[in-house]
Amino acid sequence: MSLKIKQDHARFRDIVRGRIKNNLKKYVQKGEMIGKKGKDFITIPVPTIDIPHFRFGEKQQGGVGQGAGDPGDPLSPSQPGDGAGAAGQGEGQHLLEVDVSLEELADILGEELQLPRIQPRGRDRIVASRIKYTGVAPSGPESLRHFKRTYKQALRRQIASGAYNYRRPVIVPVREDRRYRTWKQVPLPETNAVVLYMMDVSGSMGDEQKEIVRIESFWIDTWLRKHYKGLETRYIIHDAVAREVDRETFFHTRESGGTMISSAYKLCKEIIDAEYAPSAWNVYPFHFSDGDNWSADDTRVCVDLLKTSILPAVNLFCYGQVESPYGSGQFIKDLKETVGAAENVALSEIADKEAIYGSIKQFLGKGK
Amino acid sequence: MSQKNTHLPAHLHDIRQQVEGYARGYGLDFYDTVFEVLGFDEINMVAAYGGFPNRYPHWRFGMDYERLSKGYEYGLSKIYEMVINNDPSYAYLLESNMDVDQKLVMAHVFGHVDFFKNNFMFRHTNRKMMDQMANHATRVRRYQDELGVEKVEDFIDRCLSIENLIDYQSPYVRRHADKKLEAEQQPHVAKGFKTGREYMREYINPPEFMRAQQERIEQDLQRQKKVPERPERDVLQFLLEWAPLERWEHDVLSIIREEAYYFAPQGQTKIMNEGWATYWHSTIMTQKALTAAELIDYADHHSGTLATHPGQLNPYKLGVELWRDIEDRWNKGRFGKEYDDCDSFEERRRWDRKLGAGRQKIFEVRKHYNDVTFIDEFLTLEFCVDQQLFTFGYNEKHQRWEIVEREFRKVKDKLLHMLTNFGQPIIAVEDGNYENRGELLLIHKHDGVDLKVDYARDTLRNLQSLWRRPANLISKLDGRGVIFRFDGRDHSDKKIDL
Repeated sequence: MSLKIKQDHARFRDIVRGRIKNNLKKYVQKGEMIGKKGKDFITIPVPTIDIPHFRFGEKQQGGVGQGAGDPGDPLSPSQPGDGAGAAGQGEGQHLLEVDVSLEELADILGEELQLPRIQPRGRDRIVASRIKYTGVAPSGPESLRHFKRTYKQALRRQIASGAYNYRRPVIVPVREDRRYRTWKQVPLPETNAVVLYMMDVSGSMGDEQKEIVRIESFWIDTWLRKHYKGLETRYIIHDAVAREVDRETFFHTRESGGTMISSAYKLCKEIIDAEYAPSAWNVYPFHFSDGDNWSADDTRVCVDLLKTSILPAVNLFCYGQVESPYGSGQFIKDLKETVGAAENVALSEIADKEAIYGSIKQFLGKGK
Repeated sequence: MSQKNTHLPAHLHDIRQQVEGYARGYGLDFYDTVFEVLGFDEINMVAAYGGFPNRYPHWRFGMDYERLSKGYEYGLSKIYEMVINNDPSYAYLLESNMDVDQKLVMAHVFGHVDFFKNNFMFRHTNRKMMDQMANHATRVRRYQDELGVEKVEDFIDRCLSIENLIDYQSPYVRRHADKKLEAEQQPHVAKGFKTGREYMREYINPPEFMRAQQERIEQDLQRQKKVPERPERDVLQFLLEWAPLERWEHDVLSIIREEAYYFAPQGQTKIMNEGWATYWHSTIMTQKALTAAELIDYADHHSGTLATHPGQLNPYKLGVELWRDIEDRWNKGRFGKEYDDCDSFEERRRWDRKLGAGRQKIFEVRKHYNDVTFIDEFLTLEFCVDQQLFTFGYNEKHQRWEIVEREFRKVKDKLLHMLTNFGQPIIAVEDGNYENRGELLLIHKHDGVDLKVDYARDTLRNLQSLWRRPANLISKLDGRGVIFRFDGRDHSDKKIDL
């Protein structure tokens, strides 16, 4: 009994997965989904998955209820539910909310964006492994013999050879009939990773720009979490000076001073040096700004910091330039000329929410 | 009494013997009932399969399972009991329930099984449905092995989309062939031109001419013979007879149809049946089975079953109150011409002829009524007021659901309307050769409420794929006639005069 429902359940999850995939681009632009994030699961609304019938439109139909109240009184707080025949959930009924684990979501994201599997640096540090049963094979240890499949195989052979007698249904498996479970060693990277998010919070980075960063960072986290057992996140904001803040502050601070990107890079370097030795950590700095730096001099300092300290220490350095109505957008051009060719640098221009999808691919498509 | 309860632990077995004894003592007449104790996960699985441990594979059951499991996990819902109409009947008890709950559930179950066995709506029900469902499962699995899971599942999706298009009356009514129609039929043999001179016959009516004429007559007949001859409410049956289905498709559709007919009477007697079971569990518990120590828990759980929420009709509550009202009225003789004609409010209130016929009456009613006739006959003005019934509707101006009115006649009409045809729109096949192009034409008998248009379009699409020719549906929208059409590629609507 249990097996059967598990199969139907798996089919249902498959279908849901397909729907999530089809709508992924839409979800990627949406912020509210992230707000619903639980610890390991998030809830994704999937468009209708019920089977259509000829039925009445609820709003015109109404129904019969029971209880106190006068004509004209609202039926609050609860919506009318299923009275005899009348379901009154209104439009909300068309959405099915499904819980998706972050790992599953990362899988879907990876498949859809064709993201490569990340190779953690220093393979020797992958110590843990876990056994995963993956299939059935004609050889293996007796302890893993698959009784049902062996039996079926024997039955099949006896029928084919004419040896099966339904009056005396005796099934005797021979050596060749035996089937065994097979497994794979799935390496579990023990290595940890850290993402350092840096963001320019000068006046030109408005709410919309921050929303883009917030959504994009959610997907980056989701993807990286799939590949690393432990994922830490650190947040740095900067205008003319940089400081480390918590996530909440990171997305809600607004300053109006000038912009000195080097201040953030310096802080980033300090944090890496102090806490995330490249021998033990996979480091992913992400920097978001609208591309306006205070001076060409400061940009030179930035490039210098990147070349000498940051790039050698990190798996991947990503710079996302969020388009804003102000600002020249010069910084990405400077980076392109100076470090753009480096293997572990990814640069992306993000014009609007719709561009997030492509930007994630630009960042993570490298699989570093 | 049944001794088949090998699954029941000893103390539950004792409880069962005790409760079953009480139930029989009250005159309940039920099939052997097999109780099984299941964990919450198992009970969710069985519930997802509509109570049957073995159903054909389909994702929808997996979805229901997910919904039920989530509801349980979040503490939103819990399935206390489930019972299958079969002989013997099967009932499931939730493992974690307290003994007082198990007692209550058993009493409730015996009420249901008595109803299944005796109510006329179940007269044609297959009482070996447990086996039949398993048989269906095997057949569908075999098709999936042969043809692939998705192909079969897709087809089931389409069948399920029209599973409500069955004739809910047909098991109870014999539909006679129309004699008049037959009489109107034309001659089948060509007669040729009249001739008085026998020797001229071959010249006047040469064989080629006769053959041509015969052919034309047959063609005419073919054209005149309408399919279906009269509107066919059992759309599934119509498709089984006339749609160009492959063998396996035919079989799957017939499975869906059979299961739809099996479940239909349960839907048509929901208020009566739940009310009846509730009536009996409360009677047995309060008069016989309950110990003093169990009283509080019983009261708590029983009242949970009967709670009402505005904008919801609780079939347990409405049902049990109606049963009690009928019993009371027949105990006191509050019916018949004399009572009906009495217009003194006071006198009616004090009316008691000490008839004592209540119990007998309710046993009789549980035999011969379904929800529609039950409500129609026994829902009185007094009852409507006592039970605070009202109609509700959506107020577009305020963008909210509101109580519309409490007037007896309106409430009753609304309730009856909602229960008629299972609360589904009445739709029948009008023509299988619409516009003489082999198209399918369905007509929705509009009774004041429009169809949900997006759903109607999607359903029409599924019908088209079964019929393999364009499918059309005539209905009304905002008071105007409309014909929806799906031709295999595009949807279109056309306004028409009705």
